[in-house]
Amino acid sequence: MDKVRIVRHPQRVCLKDILENVYDNYTEIGGQGEYSIDPSMIIARAYITRNVGKKTYKQPVMVIGQEKGHGEEFRNGGSVKPWGNAKALEYMKVAETENIPIHSYIFTPGSYPVEDYPGAAQQIARNIYAMAGIKVPVVAVISEGGSGGAEAIGLADTRIMLSHGYYSVISPEGAAAIEGRSSASRKASGKLVENCARQLKITARDNLEMGYVDRIVQEPPLGARPDHFEFYRKLRQEVILATDEIILSIRGVKLFRAIALRKLNNPKIYVRWSLSTKSKERLVWRRYQKYRGLSRWAFEDSSTGFQRFKNFALETGWSIYSFLRYEFFGRHQRAITHLAEDVQGEVHALMDRVTHRFSSLFKKLPGVKKDREDVCQLTTLSTWEAGMSWNEHCRYVSPQANQDKTLTCPNSRKSNCLDLWAPDLFGDFAGVCSHCGHHFPMEYEWYLFNIFDSRSIREFNAPIEASNPLEFDGLTHKLDKAKKQTGHKSACMTFEAKIKGIQVVVAMLLARFRGGSVGAAEGEKFIRAAEQARRKHMPFLAYVHGTAGIRIQEGTNGLLQMPRCTLSVRRYLESGGLYLVVYDTNSYAGPLASFLGCSPYQFAIRSANIGFAGPGVIRETTGLDIPPNYHKSFQALSRGHIQGIWDRREIRNNLHHALMTMGGEFLYYR
Amino acid sequence: MIDTISILNEIKQAPYKEITISAPHSGRIEFAVDQIGTRVKGASGTWFERPGTLLARLVREGNPKPVYAPENGEVVKFHDVNDREFVQAGTPLMTIRHFLTKQEVMDIILKKALHLFNAPEKGRYYFVAEIDAKIKSQGLRSVSVKEGDEVLILSRMKRETTIPYHGPQGIIYTSYFNSNESVEMGAPLFGVCPEDQVKDIKAVIDKIQSGWEEQE
Ligand SMILES: [Zn+2]
Repeated sequence: MDKVRIVRHPQRVCLKDILENVYDNYTEIGGQGEYSIDPSMIIARAYITRNVGKKTYKQPVMVIGQEKGHGEEFRNGGSVKPWGNAKALEYMKVAETENIPIHSYIFTPGSYPVEDYPGAAQQIARNIYAMAGIKVPVVAVISEGGSGGAEAIGLADTRIMLSHGYYSVISPEGAAAIEGRSSASRKASGKLVENCARQLKITARDNLEMGYVDRIVQEPPLGARPDHFEFYRKLRQEVILATDEIILSIRGVKLFRAIALRKLNNPKIYVRWSLSTKSKERLVWRRYQKYRGLSRWAFEDSSTGFQRFKNFALETGWSIYSFLRYEFFGRHQRAITHLAEDVQGEVHALMDRVTHRFSSLFKKLPGVKKDREDVCQLTTLSTWEAGMSWNEHCRYVSPQANQDKTLTCPNSRKSNCLDLWAPDLFGDFAGVCSHCGHHFPMEYEWYLFNIFDSRSIREFNAPIEASNPLEFDGLTHKLDKAKKQTGHKSACMTFEAKIKGIQVVVAMLLARFRGGSVGAAEGEKFIRAAEQARRKHMPFLAYVHGTAGIRIQEGTNGLLQMPRCTLSVRRYLESGGLYLVVYDTNSYAGPLASFLGCSPYQFAIRSANIGFAGPGVIRETTGLDIPPNYHKSFQALSRGHIQGIWDRREIRNNLHHALMTMGGEFLYYR
Repeated sequence: MIDTISILNEIKQAPYKEITISAPHSGRIEFAVDQIGTRVKGASGTWFERPGTLLARLVREGNPKPVYAPENGEVVKFHDVNDREFVQAGTPLMTIRHFLTKQEVMDIILKKALHLFNAPEKGRYYFVAEIDAKIKSQGLRSVSVKEGDEVLILSRMKRETTIPYHGPQGIIYTSYFNSNESVEMGAPLFGVCPEDQVKDIKAVIDKIQSGWEEQE
């Protein structure tokens, strides 16, 4: 807790001090004090001068980071609004164009949780997605790294942490509030906060041990202050070294590697900071691998050695198969098809000209004209409808339908809905109020039976098990209870299934398992599902049957799933995949602000709630009172966060339709 | 001529309004409040999203429907209904005494004393230019209107129409609309009173402002 106090001290160094003292000169972009689109986010073009031998080099960088200011109210304590993050993204792209490295400085207790466009969660998702593939080196320096706000600019090749900083999934107070179930009015006790802070392992040392930061910069005993020039010198050395290292590790030429070894011991050797096309690719690949390898120890895998071997063999088999089918054969086949199409087009054009010339002659013959219309109809007729088949479903009866009672629709006052009898509502109406269309929550089994073709579901990676990596008090017990209750080992169920004959890979977040929260096991399963979809060239569907966010008791292990999953989603999308997200019931926080929110096609089931932070958290952190319908899917749609709202009764048809229209024959792969 | 003073005295005799809560539909009643004199609260929050005090549950086919207090006040009477008894729709359950607030008293008096001019259509309203200028320079109560005067402009979907005034001649005492917000049909736009009464009404209102004691 002392760490938090040091980090939030008004005299602690802030980004402006660092810009003044670590860099040799800078120009702030788009802001002067409080005159800025968001004064809590600072962007600057800066440079570092290096004297090597007799030559002087100026090395430009893009500096992006949150600014807490020294007690300046308008900085909002480094809590960045969605448009501030949007600006950061804009200049990351500028840096990419200019081929200069990015240094990001994380000084934030968390993001400002308002939904106004571009939306807290959606914008962070966009930032993470962009950083997952950005083609310049990124070095992040973490002083105060609070949850989503930190991730928005924190997906870096090298992460350096200040020794008194903290990096955590949630502020200790927030964790205590959730743990103690204390309401907004009753403050969590100091002891509980202390306890949470200790258990979450938020310090630089903890994070270094877990592998989530690469290096620590030592600060003076009570934290760095604006006049600690020795600290700036050290920090300057570290960021230069980190940037050099990234560049050298991906340079192709052998000569450089030889220098690299020497360079690390000798800071006097100059390294150019721009990259060639080849090295850019290596950079992104290395970043993917780095994050893919993180937090692998933080979940349990109870599958046997034989199963693992079998999986490995299958994966390899599929890789070879899909290479042959799509890369090798597919490419040639497509080339031939394209050639054939071109030839056909030519012939048509030629024929058109010929027929045009003789059109007056043809017009006199009614039979000919009619023939041509027939041909036209035949060629424009859509071809896939003929092959469609519809399987009868085995019926699933919701346990909610077995109660002999009536329920009141929440809209009954407004829409005068009649009371609904549970067996009707949950048995026949799919949980939809027959009067106003309000959707009552349904359990996930209902979807399994009503979306996918009967007997087509094949679950995989079921043995991956949620565990308690930080040994957080009581979590093991809670997880055991959830496992017993649901029969699942984690909140993420991954399977292959068919929707009207179309094979898809599905990752489903189950609201019943600890609120659908995402920890290391869920993240790993999600990533493996995305990989499976990529290997097998199938569309990938994330079905969110509710998620409360990142599982806070796993601390940074949970938080890291945001960049990890987003990286894998990006890799899948870039190899040509089709990624659909469907939200149901309540979806909030971390997952939404990363691997779900980055999908170009997000749909919600009616009456779903979508947002970054719940009403209670918003009131606590911003003091704003928000209307009760703030997170409703219709609001999310009008804010531009999602792309459509579906009726639950039509979900199977809608999904099939979406797969057919967004896909096509070469659907899932470019 | 309306005697505003006597209306005020009348209200002072009984500074509350009694609300009878009756069963919204048939069902078995389970009282949540069972003491006479219990203080209850009405719905609160910016959007009235927090419901008032739970008074009772009405159970029908296993579905307990809550009955909430509509206003702040005090339970003064229980009607002849036993707990867990089956009641028909419309059966009175209890009576709540709601003490009037300053604003409510003023509203009652003004409603009786003023002639209210209501919105003939839904739309945005503003005063015609000359009246508007007069209001801005000399205040609302400098404007006198008579039957047939064109006082307002109705603006709806970029189409503007002037609205003539109907009703007794007098001074515009107060206006209820905001020129940048849409007004529902039938909602009051402004209140008019005869010129000679302005003083009386003002005196009574001032008296309420300074002297009315709100009882909780
Ligand atoms: Zn309804």
